Amino acid sequence: MQTKLEQIRKEAQNALEKLDKLDELSSFRIEYLGKKGKLTRILRGMGSLSPEERPKIGQLANEIRAHLEAEIEKKTRLLEEEALNQRLRDEAIDVTIPGKAYHRGNLHPLSIVLNEIKDIFLGMGFQIAEGPEVELDYYNFEALNIPRNHPARDTQDTFYITENIVLRTHTSPTQIRVMEKEKPPIKIIVPGRVYRSDEVDATHSPIFHQVEGLVIDKNITMGDLKGTLDVFAKELFGPRTRTQFRPHHFPFTEPSAEMDASCAACDGAGCRVCSYTGWIEILGAGMVHPKVLMYGGIDPEKYSGFAFGMGLDRIVNLKYGIDDIRLLFENDIRFLDQF
Amino acid sequence: MLVPLKWLKEYVDIDVTAEELAHRMTMTGSKVEGIHKQGEGINNVVVGRILNIEPHPNADKLVVCNVDTGTRQYRIVTGAPNVEQGQLVAVALDGAVLPGELQINRSEIRGVESWGMLCSGEELGLTDDDYPGAEIDGILVLNEEYPLGMDIREALGLDDEVIEFEITSNRPDCLSITGIAREAAVTLDSVFRMPRIEVKPGIGDVNAEAAVKINEPELCPRYCARVVKDVKIGPSPRWMQQKLAAAGVRPINNIVDITNYVMLEMGQPMHAFDLDKLAGKTIVVRRANKGEKLITLDEKERLLDENMLVIADAEKSIGLAGVMGGANTEISSETRNILLESANFDRGSIRLTAKALGLRSESSSRFEKGLDLHNARAAIDRAAQLIQELEAGTVVEGVIDVCNGSLDDRVLDVSWKKVNQLLGLNLSPEIMKDILTGLEFKVEVQGDILKLVVPAFRQDIEGVADIAEEVARIYGYDKIPMTLMEGTVSRGRKTREQRLTDMAKEVLAGTGLYEVVTYSFTSPKVYGTIGINEPKDIPLTVKIGNPLGEDQSIMRTTLIPSILDVLSRNRNRGIQQCRIFEIGTAFFPKSLPLEELPEEIRILTIGEYGPGMDYYDIKGKIETLLKFLGLLDQAEFIPHVHPAFHPGRTALLKLGTVEAGVIGEIHPKIAGNYQLEDRVILAELDFDKLISMAQDQRKYKPLPKYPAVTRDLALVVHKDVLAGQVEKCIWKYGGELLEAVELFDIYMGSQIPEGYKSLAYALNYRAADRTLTDEEVSLLHDSIVKGLEKDLGARLR
Ligand SMILES: [Zn+2]
Repeated sequence: MQTKLEQIRKEAQNALEKLDKLDELSSFRIEYLGKKGKLTRILRGMGSLSPEERPKIGQLANEIRAHLEAEIEKKTRLLEEEALNQRLRDEAIDVTIPGKAYHRGNLHPLSIVLNEIKDIFLGMGFQIAEGPEVELDYYNFEALNIPRNHPARDTQDTFYITENIVLRTHTSPTQIRVMEKEKPPIKIIVPGRVYRSDEVDATHSPIFHQVEGLVIDKNITMGDLKGTLDVFAKELFGPRTRTQFRPHHFPFTEPSAEMDASCAACDGAGCRVCSYTGWIEILGAGMVHPKVLMYGGIDPEKYSGFAFGMGLDRIVNLKYGIDDIRLLFENDIRFLDQF
Repeated sequence: MLVPLKWLKEYVDIDVTAEELAHRMTMTGSKVEGIHKQGEGINNVVVGRILNIEPHPNADKLVVCNVDTGTRQYRIVTGAPNVEQGQLVAVALDGAVLPGELQINRSEIRGVESWGMLCSGEELGLTDDDYPGAEIDGILVLNEEYPLGMDIREALGLDDEVIEFEITSNRPDCLSITGIAREAAVTLDSVFRMPRIEVKPGIGDVNAEAAVKINEPELCPRYCARVVKDVKIGPSPRWMQQKLAAAGVRPINNIVDITNYVMLEMGQPMHAFDLDKLAGKTIVVRRANKGEKLITLDEKERLLDENMLVIADAEKSIGLAGVMGGANTEISSETRNILLESANFDRGSIRLTAKALGLRSESSSRFEKGLDLHNARAAIDRAAQLIQELEAGTVVEGVIDVCNGSLDDRVLDVSWKKVNQLLGLNLSPEIMKDILTGLEFKVEVQGDILKLVVPAFRQDIEGVADIAEEVARIYGYDKIPMTLMEGTVSRGRKTREQRLTDMAKEVLAGTGLYEVVTYSFTSPKVYGTIGINEPKDIPLTVKIGNPLGEDQSIMRTTLIPSILDVLSRNRNRGIQQCRIFEIGTAFFPKSLPLEELPEEIRILTIGEYGPGMDYYDIKGKIETLLKFLGLLDQAEFIPHVHPAFHPGRTALLKLGTVEAGVIGEIHPKIAGNYQLEDRVILAELDFDKLISMAQDQRKYKPLPKYPAVTRDLALVVHKDVLAGQVEKCIWKYGGELLEAVELFDIYMGSQIPEGYKSLAYALNYRAADRTLTDEEVSLLHDSIVKGLEKDLGARLR
């Protein structure tokens, strides 16, 4: 009997080793350990054994059962592991196939750059002011020290609605509107849309966008103007950016300046972008003209201030290397998707 | 303003290169636009003399010349018809370069070796203005003696550099070579020399020859006149022609050239009249009569009115004061006696006249910026001096000088401390005095005050700010230290509206939309294009008085046409799907003609076409935005009719009782007007209303502690019953315990009666304080079903 048991153990062991499918394991279990299985059948012959042999054989049978159970368990885990590995192998994908199209849209580059500019000035304690696009001649010209028949009116070809109402030619009229309403200290930027009767070409558009700035307080100096705008240029174009201020003339500021930033494309060495000068004109600025302060109801004896203005469209084109302003207004999706 | 460097150097010592000068002038306020190098592109071309001419052995039309260039003789083949022995000519030697990067090399021409080329004026890039006879057919023949072998650029006077300045409107004094010289002297710390003006005694007495009468002293504060007799009209000398041409003024004849020369040199426009054509030998400065006509020097007839100032004689107008002379008194080759005018006119009047006639001249562009009264007299003497030097005529003794303006010094007191305060500098009054003295101010320091006499040519100087600019630009803007505002602590932050606007844009982009930017003016015809044809439906619009064209002549009241334009453009370019939005301003006049500013309202317009784009897509995007703005709960979409939209696929968005906009499918006819064949989905909302109504204050609601019970509800209703009505009704009967209603199926077809549809909802019930029992829920659910039956005739399916 003992020999028979040993035989079964060997036989089962061999059979088990040959198994390589999970569902064969359960029939194996039934075959050997089931109620009608081989081991059970042998044990039915236990009755013919002597009482001394019985416990010995019983123990042996139990050992074999436990052993086979453990082997089956081991084999199950092995086969499950293999099956999982096989599945993972089967499930391998081509990771280079393009991802699913996820439909996010985009802000217009004019908004993207304006947001950047707004953040820079908000960080320096400026607020954002807005004003009307259809504007009184008084605010657009008169109060900015550009009386009727002033030659400076020629440089800003104006769309007239009536004799006294124009499409604003710059965002500067909002300076006066803010001064009328608020007392110094004033620190604002004014983004907005402006109009000039220019025919459309690669660098001109009858509608474009400006960002104006105005600071008024006691003891504001031209040094403050330079310092503030230098910080701005470095934030917008990168920390290596240098600035240069050249004298210029605007009717509403005195002294007036134009600010150049070192060309980001060549770091000031000179290239096609900057016409080989190393500098790119960024904005006009100056100390607010005493007459303009007075128009705004602010005493120039007590207060001083500076103002600046830049063309947003031009800065967008500079930042992205866009060579034609018309692209900004064409709104080709393939263009808008690039930003 | 074109400034030839050699001419400039007559008045100021300059020992730096043109480039260095240009940079330094730019940094002191005279911005340089560019440097033009004359004769650029010409190299290795020299003066040579034709010693003899032989026929070409193999070609009838060619000749072989022996040319002497001083150090060597060359054989050169030419086909020029005008070649003659003894001529001085321009010889391009082996390896020479001509304008247009044309290279000249030794070569064989029909079997004869040619060592170079004899150049035509055209080949050298010259016109008659540069050199007389340059435009004739054939080689350029030099009509004066030059040393053999001399560089042709030097011989032709084409070796100068011309600097182009951008002169700002406040500095008319710099529209002259001497004005620029004065700036250069201060900039380079060099010495400025005004030309010495000396008129030799003339013959007779000017008052016996002519008279000047000013009817409008306000508009003509000064008028100086001189008379020159026995003028010999002819070309001006070469040096004068060269200077004028280099400065961009075409030489005409000696008298006209002298007036132009003085204008360029001193900044004072001048004019010469043919005295014998002046009726009564009298100049009258008066307003034009309404309807009066004058043919100006450019041969155009001008219709004048009483706002224009004219120069007239006893009978007729003979010139537009300060703008352009008349043809009737023009200098011609027959002119014998002339009257020279050097006057000063009111800047506003000149500008109005020039603008009204669309006639800008060198003269008017100077007068309209305001000129120095003193200069009128100096300039006319300078012209007389040049006439004497050029022997162009006999100057009559004396000047008729009618001056109604003030020639007094202008004085100004300025605190030098205030100048420092404005600039953020700490300059001593002495440094300021030095700078201002260099700019020809007279300066006295008295304590805190600079007592100034302003130079007469600086009409732009009015107060302390102007003085600060003068000091700063000469001291150097770059030397002002950069500082950040002291003591100005302020709070930089967006307003609620600004914050919501910026975030709303991000939300819209997040739903897949691209932001676009379009023009805010448009054509009055767009209303017809979007189906609005009834005059009563067309809103009042702001009209531009001087538009670029009819298509851009009104300010928009809707963005629908702009958005359809963009969709159309993208479709035409083959783009399959397009999803865009714009937040733009629309303009609504309160009345016309416009007396007060129109109302400006920001409009949000969304447009889409392409696969998957339908009403429900755009509605979902708007619901996303409304949820962000806290407005979704009060939003209602009500079937709506709008001429631009599909009559069965359009809704009005209402927020409570407020109408906030239209959303729907564009009417196929309207889409067709924009060459759009796809279904186009569009929404136009009053963005300002959305932002002002936004509920952006959020409050936390505790998360549910007890489970929800979900019951489905499948209904059959008449097909005209709207899902919105059903949902409203469910909520009406659902009470507090109803938490959510979700429509998950709509069915129309064979399984239900015709004319009906089935709607399937999932209803969520939940109590905040307990687990709901089945009985409770069933009771509620039944009452909803009964309500639906009662209100909408719905049956359970
Ligand atoms: Zn560069």
